[in-house]
Amino acid sequence: MEPWMIEFHLDGRSGLSPYLQLVRQVRQALRLGLLREGDQLPTVKEVVAGLAINPNTVLKAYRELEHEGLVAARPGVGTFVTATLADASLAAHGPLRQELRRWLARARRAGLDEESIEALFMTTFRTAAEEDIA
Amino acid sequence: MTAVIEAQGLGKQYGRRWALSDCTLDIPAGRVVGLVGPNGAGKTTLLHLTVGLLAPTSGSIEVLGGRPAANPAQLAKVGFVAQDSPTYAGLRVADHLKLGARLNPGWDAALARDRIERLGLDPARRAGQLSGGQRAQLALTLGIAKRPELLILDEPVAALDPLARREFLQGLMEATAEHELSVVLSSHLVSDLERACDYLIVLVDSRVRVAGEVEELLATHHRLSGPRRDPARLPAGQHVVAASHTDRQTTLIVRTDAPIHDPAWTVSRLSLEDLVLAYMGKSTHTDHNGRNHRPTLEVQR
Repeated sequence: MEPWMIEFHLDGRSGLSPYLQLVRQVRQALRLGLLREGDQLPTVKEVVAGLAINPNTVLKAYRELEHEGLVAARPGVGTFVTATLADASLAAHGPLRQELRRWLARARRAGLDEESIEALFMTTFRTAAEEDIA
Repeated sequence: MTAVIEAQGLGKQYGRRWALSDCTLDIPAGRVVGLVGPNGAGKTTLLHLTVGLLAPTSGSIEVLGGRPAANPAQLAKVGFVAQDSPTYAGLRVADHLKLGARLNPGWDAALARDRIERLGLDPARRAGQLSGGQRAQLALTLGIAKRPELLILDEPVAALDPLARREFLQGLMEATAEHELSVVLSSHLVSDLERACDYLIVLVDSRVRVAGEVEELLATHHRLSGPRRDPARLPAGQHVVAASHTDRQTTLIVRTDAPIHDPAWTVSRLSLEDLVLAYMGKSTHTDHNGRNHRPTLEVQR
């Protein structure tokens, strides 16, 4: 068996459906450059045998990735990466992280503990996301 | 798509007790079906009716388009692994495979051999000397190598430790992916089935409380919490599965196809386990007169 570029895992407490977790893990690997064009994703049988999950979950995740134009299935061979997400936005990560660090430091100085920071971040994140949808 | 199991008003009576009543199911092919419910709910009865070990007292059941155990062709299409991974303690692993080959017309000898080898089971060992996990894997191997269209397993992982449990489900899911099997497995623990199943049947007190695609069930059930109010005054189309109240607050598990717009409710998603527990109706609530009520459980499609 070939060594795969990525290995999937599932978080039972994430609240995300297993199929979305798989989709996200591929996207994340693409963003971080762990997966590149031409790489093969693990076969359905292998993912299923590794995680003890329903085969339809994996098929659905791969179909979604295909629909997004990130991978393509070659019948009888496997599913291959056809695009990359590690684009120019990767360069922006550094400065953004620095700003976020400064913001975190300010939050701590203002007396927020970790839980309060997380709660504040998540509610703001969600409100902003909802406003975008609306 | 053709139905794997189609039951109409299916029931089984023992003496005066109904072990299964008024069971109507229509399960499409290619699913991994989880049958959950407390011990004694009627899971084994339903499975035995499906494989033809029992005959119905009322109603009808068709499996893969035929009457269970009606003829050799029907028997060959359905695999069954009974509770406690049945094997013959005095027979060697190799004898089990030989027996499987003799008893099953569609026996896949290469698959069986290959699987036993990958599991690291010594063909010369007697089944009685194997660990619980190994015995379960041997029983599963027999079930898969029969090459059925539908494989039915009664509480296959209940007696296994967490590692053996995981390995068993890995093997089962691998076979499902490889051979396009339909599978029905029962468990009294939904956590065993959460990842493996895409279709769920909840059976409580001899009745099917809810059955459907897992994804659809998760999308249509919500937990609502908000200021105390009477669940009877919810909009039409919102079925209360379970309700609990404090003096000030009401918490409901609701099934609905439409989005919930009432801003008074905080709406949250349910895990599969929460959903099953709601239908099992463990929680009781107190009404205005202080009487305890079982939650309404009539929700069924």
